[in-house]
Formats: sequence, C-alpha cells, structure tokens
Amino acid sequence: MNALEINQLCKRYDNGFLAVKGIDLVVKQGDFFALLGANGAGKSTTIGIVASLVNKTSGSVKVYGHDLDADPEGVKRCIGLVPQEFNFNQFENVFDIVVSQAGYYGIPRKKALARAEICLKQLELWDKRNEASRELSGGMKRRLMIARALVHEPKLLILDEPTAGVDIEIRRSMWRFFKKINAAGTTIILTTHYLEEAESLCKHIAIINKGNVIENMDMKGLLEKSDEEVFVLSLDRPVEQLPSIAGSRIESVDETTWQVSVRKESGIHALFDELSRLGIRVTGIRNESNRLEQLFLKLLAKKEVEDV
Amino acid sequence: MFKKEYLVGLQTITYKEIRRFLRIWVQTLLPSVITTTLYFLIFGTLIGSRIGQMKGYDYMDFIVPGLILMAVISNAYSNVVSSFYSAKFQHNIEEMLVAPMPGWIILMGYISGGVLRGLIVGVLVTIVSLFFTDLQVAHPIMMVIVFLLTGVLFSAAGFINAAYARSFDDISIVPTFVLTPLIYLGGVFYSIDLLPAFWQNVSLLNPVLYMIDVFRFSVLGASDIPLLYGFSVIVTFIVFLLGISLRLLSKGIGIRN
Repeated sequence: MNALEINQLCKRYDNGFLAVKGIDLVVKQGDFFALLGANGAGKSTTIGIVASLVNKTSGSVKVYGHDLDADPEGVKRCIGLVPQEFNFNQFENVFDIVVSQAGYYGIPRKKALARAEICLKQLELWDKRNEASRELSGGMKRRLMIARALVHEPKLLILDEPTAGVDIEIRRSMWRFFKKINAAGTTIILTTHYLEEAESLCKHIAIINKGNVIENMDMKGLLEKSDEEVFVLSLDRPVEQLPSIAGSRIESVDETTWQVSVRKESGIHALFDELSRLGIRVTGIRNESNRLEQLFLKLLAKKEVEDV
Repeated sequence: MFKKEYLVGLQTITYKEIRRFLRIWVQTLLPSVITTTLYFLIFGTLIGSRIGQMKGYDYMDFIVPGLILMAVISNAYSNVVSSFYSAKFQHNIEEMLVAPMPGWIILMGYISGGVLRGLIVGVLVTIVSLFFTDLQVAHPIMMVIVFLLTGVLFSAAGFINAAYARSFDDISIVPTFVLTPLIYLGGVFYSIDLLPAFWQNVSLLNPVLYMIDVFRFSVLGASDIPLLYGFSVIVTFIVFLLGISLRLLSKGIGIRN
C-alpha cells in the first residue's frame, strides 16, 4: 500500500495565486522521501493540504488508502506533522503540550501520559517537561514538535524543515533519530533547505518548482544524473596561473586551495596525471558533498530556460 | 456519530481552557469581582439609597441580577475570543486542526471553557452581592439554566469574533463598541418601563435585554417581558450563533488557509 497518493492536486489562494498546479506524487510505505524546492515552490502548501491545514482547490489525496474528502479523520489519524514554524502555545509547559496533543487524537489520559513520557525521553526533553515551552532553546523547541507529532504513533511523519536553525551536533542526532524511526517502519516525508540532509537521509526525492513536480525519482538515480563531481584540493605551494585541463574546471579558493569540477567521463586520474606533469603537488583532497545542491540548482536553471 | 475519542478530545480542550484561565486568574477571574463590587458600592449603596425603589424592589436588589449576568456575559465572551484568537495567533490551533476531531468538538470545547469561566465568575459575584443585599433566589433552577444559556450564547459570539479577527484590535473592538453598550442599555440599571414608548421599542431589539430580564425573573420573580418570549429569543440567538460558528469551522473561514 502507498503511504501517500496525490493526484492532480491544485491550490489557488484567495488572492488568485496558484501555489500548486496539478501535482502527482506517490510515496511508498516505509519510504524516506524528500520534497525539495525553493522558497515559495509549493512544498509547504502541499504538506498543508495533506495535513488538513490548507483547503485544496481540486485534486485528490489518499493517505494509507484513506481519502481526504471521504475520510478526513482516517487521514489525520495516520499523519504526524512537524511544521516549519513553532506552533505550540508559548505559555504551556512541555508535558501539557504533548499530553494535550494525544488527547486531541482521542488517546485516554492515562495512556496519553505514558506516551508523552516515552516521546519526551526519546527526544531528550524529559528533564524539561515542567518548563514553559517559550523557555526552551531553538533546538529543544524543534524536538518538542517532533515529540508532539509522534505521541499518537503516526504511520506517516511529515517533517517540514525540522532542523532549521539547529546546530550541527543536534542536527546529526536528529538525523540518527529519524533514521531509527524510519527503520522501525514509519514512513517519512522531509522538506529541507539542507540538501546534504536530504542526500544523507532520503531514499526518494521529488523536486517542486513553481507549483509543479519537475523531478521525481530515487536518490541514487538522481545523483547519477549529475555529470560532474567537485573536489577541493590543497597544494603544497601557491601556483600563480591556473592550469587549463581538459574535462576539469579549476577555480581558486585561496593561494593554496583549488575547487575543481571534474566531468565524470574524464575521471579523476586524468586530472592528477596532468597536475603531476605540470609539477603541481597535491597534499590533500576532499569531496565537496554538495552534489545534490549542484544538481538541484541545475534542474531549476534548466526549468527556467524551458519556461523562457 | 459520537465516538469515545471525541469525548476525550472534548475533555482535553476543556481542561486546557480551565488550566488557562486558572493560570492567569488575576486577569480572568478577579477583575469582574472588583468592578462588580464597585458597582454595588457606588450604584447600590451610595446612589441607590437616593433612587428609592425600582419596580417595587430596593434599587440594590433590582440591579444585582443584571450585574451578575453582566459578569457572566463579559467573561464567557472574553474567554473564548481571547483564547481562540491567541490559538490562531500562535498557530497552536493547528494542533487541533490536524487531529481527527470534528469542528463541533472544537467549538464545544471552547464553549465549555467560556461557560465554566462565566459560571465561576457569576458565582463569585453572587457571593460578593451577599455582602450588600439579602439575596433571595425565587427560581434557583431557572437561574442556573439562564446562567448556562447566556454562557453558551456569548461564548459562541466570542468564537465568531475570534474566527474573523485578524489582529488583537479586532478582538477588543466588538466588546468595547458593541457588547458593552448592549449590556448597559439592556436594563441592568433600569426597567425599560422608565423609557418613552419609542425607546422601549428600540430596547426590544437588544437581545441582552431578554437575558437580563429572564435572569431577573429567576432571582426576583418579576420581569418586564413574558418569560416564554424571553427564552425563545435566547434560544433563537444560540441556534443562530452556533450555526454560524459551525459553518466557519467546516469551511475553515478565518481558521484554515
């Protein structure tokens, strides 16, 4: 069974703006699915419609077989949403926020208290349970929203930029947590601006641009579409003139550091052979892990050209 | 169909509302008690003794029911308007919108909160009134029924105000420019018999008049308007406002994008 099926979804806002223009999307059960797009591309509107926060104009949405029009409560029961903006009561304490959310899903209070404890411990917030939510740090607020979204044990977790503004250490620990719950069977849809995050976590990816899906495939296949790799080279001494090497494009970062884009068909060996022939000694090399970012920008640029 | 889960959802919203107004009791419960005490002191004790009797009752006895109901009206209204608008403003309304609860459960939850706050303040003001007058309730059951109906009516009105509100100004405009004049001109401090015929007829367009009149009947046993007529107006307004509230929720007007 598919976790999510979207067919010809459209959303036109009251001001006439067409935010989503007939999107088709399928997310398989157990998937870790990335939904990427620039600001205003239509990601959050699409997620808002699926989570019943935005009224759709037309099209259909099914979540685990429940149709949004015919069985909205069935859809809601399957979904846990972590929105982009903090949307809890700033004056309530952490524990009450999570317990109340369980109550809204019809979970009796005794069970809700136990579930809230489990979720807050999982997200390392148990010690903060009696604090007002406004007192929490940014990272803790994000984790509170994740705990709240998980309290009713959803089959489909939707994460709308869950690590925005979170430091790298907490971000990595959140990644580990997302991988763990995905491995345990929860389907996850992620939108993020950190493309490294999508590349590291997701199995499938869709790119939305101006309300349309312009790419939808598995992550590996998408990355293979990238026709070049980028390396950062450290040199043993400054080189005044940048060499011209077939199949590679060299840019100077500083006196002894180059960023080199190598076309896949040329291969890295040809680059090193040529550098060696020119007497340029490389003391260090690292792969720029922004393959997805480059591909993302290329796809958007290509779409712009097509539109023109 | 009413499911067990709905009851849990309703209880959750009601508890949350009770927690909210008890947490900030100095802002929610105390002001009405203080202002009503001042009314009792100034209009009842100081000025009232010079006014003499109104419809055969001491002036203090005459204004007590209206002042109690005024506290119920303003508290039920302001509880829902401020709580629901604040939930919209902070976006925590989304916690309820994403959950499998129908709109009418959300509405009932907020109305329960408004009615309970109105009831608590009403009881507190009634207790205060006992320091100023020997209050004898003629029809206690009817008094409770009017308490509840008034609470429901003005909670629903507060909900509609909050749904349409786009700023904090919008939630203070209606209470200041509509609700307060309706209460003051609804016969809290005078009997409409005192008015010229034309203004008596104009007063009959004011729904608050019927509530105060029916409530005064439940306390004193005397009223300006036939009882059945008064109850009919109250119930009609409740049905009308609940209908609008449910429509706003089902369409998501002022609530969803």
